[in-house]
Amino acid sequence: MSIERHEIEKLATLSRIAINENTITEVSQRLGSVLELVDQLQAVDTSGVAAMSHPLQATQRLREDEVTEINQREAFQAIAPDTEDGLFLVPKVIE
Amino acid sequence: MSWETVIGLEVHVQLATKTKIFSGASTAFGAEPNTQACAIDLAMPGTLPVLNKQAVHYAVMFGLAIDAEIGQESAFERKNYFYPDLPKGYQTTQLEKPIVGRGNVEIQLADGRSKNIRIHHAHLEEDAGKSLHEGNFRHGVSGIDLNRAGTPLIEIVSEPDMSSAEEAIAFAKKLHSIVTSIGICDGEMSQGSMRFDVNVSVRPTGATELGTRTETKNLNSFKFMEEAIAKEVERQIDLIEDGGSVIQETRLYNGDTKVARSMRSKEEANDYRYFPCPDLLPVIVSDETIEELRRNLPELPDARQARFVEQYGLSDYDAGVLGGDAAMAAYFEIASEKSGNAKLAANWTMGELAARLNNQDLSINKSPVNAEQLGGLVARIADNSISGKMAKEVFEGMWAGEGSADEIIEARGLVQVSDSGALEQMVTDVLAANQTMVDDYINTEEAKRKKKLGGFMGKIMQASKGQANPQQVNKILAQKLNELV
Amino acid sequence: MHNLTIAQLAKGLQSKDFSSVELTQHFLARIAELNPAYNAVITVTAEQALKAAAAADKRLAAGNAPALCGIPILHKDIFCTNGVRTSCGSKMLDNFIPPYSATVVENFEQAGAVVLGKTNMDEFAMGSSNETSFYGPVKNPWAIDCVPGGSSGGSAAAVAARLAPGATATDTGGSIRQPAALCGITGLKPTYGRVSRWGMIAFASSLDQGGPMARTAEDCALLLNCMASYDDKDSTCIDRDVPDYSADLNNSIKGLKIGVPKEYFSDGLHAGTEDAVRSALAELEAQGAELVEISLPNSALSVPAYYVIAPAEASANLSRFDGVKYGYRCEDPKDLNDLYTRTRAEGFGEEVQRRILIGTYCLSAGYYDAYYGKAQQVRRLIQQDFEKAFAQVDVIMGPTCPSPAFKFGSKGDDPVAMYLEDIYTIATNLAGLPGMSVPCGMVESKPVGLQIIGNYFDEARMLNVAHQYQQATDWHDQMPESIQQGAES
Repeated sequence: MSIERHEIEKLATLSRIAINENTITEVSQRLGSVLELVDQLQAVDTSGVAAMSHPLQATQRLREDEVTEINQREAFQAIAPDTEDGLFLVPKVIE
Repeated sequence: MSWETVIGLEVHVQLATKTKIFSGASTAFGAEPNTQACAIDLAMPGTLPVLNKQAVHYAVMFGLAIDAEIGQESAFERKNYFYPDLPKGYQTTQLEKPIVGRGNVEIQLADGRSKNIRIHHAHLEEDAGKSLHEGNFRHGVSGIDLNRAGTPLIEIVSEPDMSSAEEAIAFAKKLHSIVTSIGICDGEMSQGSMRFDVNVSVRPTGATELGTRTETKNLNSFKFMEEAIAKEVERQIDLIEDGGSVIQETRLYNGDTKVARSMRSKEEANDYRYFPCPDLLPVIVSDETIEELRRNLPELPDARQARFVEQYGLSDYDAGVLGGDAAMAAYFEIASEKSGNAKLAANWTMGELAARLNNQDLSINKSPVNAEQLGGLVARIADNSISGKMAKEVFEGMWAGEGSADEIIEARGLVQVSDSGALEQMVTDVLAANQTMVDDYINTEEAKRKKKLGGFMGKIMQASKGQANPQQVNKILAQKLNELV
Repeated sequence: MHNLTIAQLAKGLQSKDFSSVELTQHFLARIAELNPAYNAVITVTAEQALKAAAAADKRLAAGNAPALCGIPILHKDIFCTNGVRTSCGSKMLDNFIPPYSATVVENFEQAGAVVLGKTNMDEFAMGSSNETSFYGPVKNPWAIDCVPGGSSGGSAAAVAARLAPGATATDTGGSIRQPAALCGITGLKPTYGRVSRWGMIAFASSLDQGGPMARTAEDCALLLNCMASYDDKDSTCIDRDVPDYSADLNNSIKGLKIGVPKEYFSDGLHAGTEDAVRSALAELEAQGAELVEISLPNSALSVPAYYVIAPAEASANLSRFDGVKYGYRCEDPKDLNDLYTRTRAEGFGEEVQRRILIGTYCLSAGYYDAYYGKAQQVRRLIQQDFEKAFAQVDVIMGPTCPSPAFKFGSKGDDPVAMYLEDIYTIATNLAGLPGMSVPCGMVESKPVGLQIIGNYFDEARMLNVAHQYQQATDWHDQMPESIQQGAES
């Protein structure tokens, strides 16, 4: 099973990963192989079965609304790729 | 061809919690960039979210205020897309099981009609950061400030029940009033505490099917929303009448330039790939919590409005204006208490004060004259120490920061003479000095005499340097003139 | 010294047979000498280790020091360590020095343990052979041309080669148990929610769990005592008392009911592996346990379900790696889209990219119900299988892996061939149950592991069974030939 080229391109766009022209065929074949594996799920009768998102029966803990974090901008921005004047810099964003 | 408009609103309300929805970083407004963005807000590897209890409670309070179903078991999903102000590359939000379900908001319109606007649901989600396109940084880049990332929001989604800009604004203002009255949002529109996305479509009058709608995003003032709606309705009608069709798209409206435009179009609609967030567990709101929040829910705008009519004897209209805005209502009540005269306090709050604030684009919370001070001024009018005209002068002084009403009255020597003996003498003196005017008055037909009073009043006020109590002078003057006739 | 277990080292430190500084120097020297052959350790923190050892020695002298005080360990490079590079085996984080530590790391710090460095791993924990690391593959000390297993291949190989007496690791689909089996050591994946995930770089959030690797169950118990804790920074961490996992080690296992799933002994299981595992089961029977044949009918679905759920969660978890806040950024991005697509294409290896694409596919419009929705339902079926089984038995056992360590590159071009390595381990992650692997034999001079699966929070019992097994056998004491002379092979 192999995935259509345009599907791969769509996935690459959605996940923001540049796929090399040369490797698209290979990527397509390998993805196809994995999809064949997971398609085995289609044969299973799951009517009436509740989906399971969490292994635990627990519920969400609620945190008190008190400030616990101090300003650590310097430490965080010391490891950032590109900053200036306290801001993270990226190529111009056009809306 | 006559057209009708269909409008639905999605309103993003920033909750006034001290910390973010999923981290303990502060949400205080105006901090230096990225000084309130902790490891969780920056989406550092290995960091995890923990839900803010107050955010949950505020959301439930909103649900109670609009009589909505409360989602006692709600869950979070991840909405996936890439944007620099979205550090994780997904927004944690609610989709399948929101915390607030169907509810209702009643709006009052100018012609006295009431209309019910249905709320589809309201859900909790996190706010994104900010992108700055200009600043103290090199050319050709954008600067990202993640202070706002993680601020708790509730997104309130209405049904498309509004059919005019007026209704949409009334609805938006009512929501503003509700969320500020119950204290879950500070209502500071200029700070982005409330943002509106407007969905607009048109259809031939009487049609049942909805037309294609467009969404205009991120409006943060009622005025801009009104303008944007009007423009969009016109655009859509023109487009259809010219033989074209409306494309479903996202639009932006710039209130300063008055320009509306389509957002940079993407090749395909964003596929957000929602799925349950595995880092967060189901959120349970117990019956006890709901009851406690209900018990302690602050006064709602409609209830307050009714109370103002009853308690202060205000007209429905005045009660509506003062009671509608939480900040204004609070201001009015303090001024009323301080002055002891609700009607006068109401007039001054809605009149002189509101006009000034509007003029300088200030919210009442930023008024240079606070409620206590206004109350003090109104008290002096009420006890006749100063006239209405003098009060205006004192108000100017208070606005300029010269101090309290009493301090200004003293400093400027503004005293209204109300002593009947002194006033009688004043009137007598003026009449004696203006025999010609008196003769003229006596010789005038009775029906036309009232008009001549103004001239005497002018002279008396002049002689008293504006300090004579005009109402009393009027009475004494009329009495004395009658004696002479 | 490197042939002593943690338990023995702890005693030695208490009796002042040696100091923590001496111990630390010894292991640092071993790493310097032997690591090049195995590539198990990618960052050595010698200076910090010696400082910590000196401090530990002071604490030991003062008396009343915790059990692991002065014991050298390694952390899988998936646990954030404040001030020390944490790469997750990826180019994307090659330059990432976190200003915070994982809770697991802090737990060990408070206990006075000495961190020798960070171990190699499959990139972003995605792999079963440690062949996908940006830092090169890890070699199996038992057979240098074979894989050590993954994703915790570095931790497993390091312990097997006695570069450290214990190491931390993580398991999402078998990444502790499978390398433990292939490297002849003991490894345990706790119940989901037992160990805090704060600071543990996320792969698949509802499946990931941190756990210990060491040569013996007794040592794993000591390490687990330290790793397990309630952490309010992790919403999925369970607030439940941490028992002393060492307390029940010597309980008798007479009458213990051991479930043996028939689905775990079918085609695809290497004959030699099967023999070793059956011998181990026989040994336990001899000790008084009762073997009960059970069925886990939906076992075959665990791999497909996992390869939908794990990539789906990972595709979202890895979206944060965008070259904006930290980590790798491509050179001279032309525009925003270029920044994202090139940073991620260059920063992520092939397997990671593949899983992100699969995950994106399974969550995309039109496919969600058929893949993700379906997989979550199958997950429930798998959990229900275990529930029914645990109504009849106390623990479940079988082989950890279908065969012993395979040669590098032998799983070739087909990713699915690699995925099937996890066929016995994956179901426990889906259900959130605890699982462990103990050495139980040798096939073609390569180790074989016995898997023990317990009920929720039943780690103490699992460690008990494993310990009893290890009292009667010596597979766990075996030493790879390549280190027997202490020299590189």
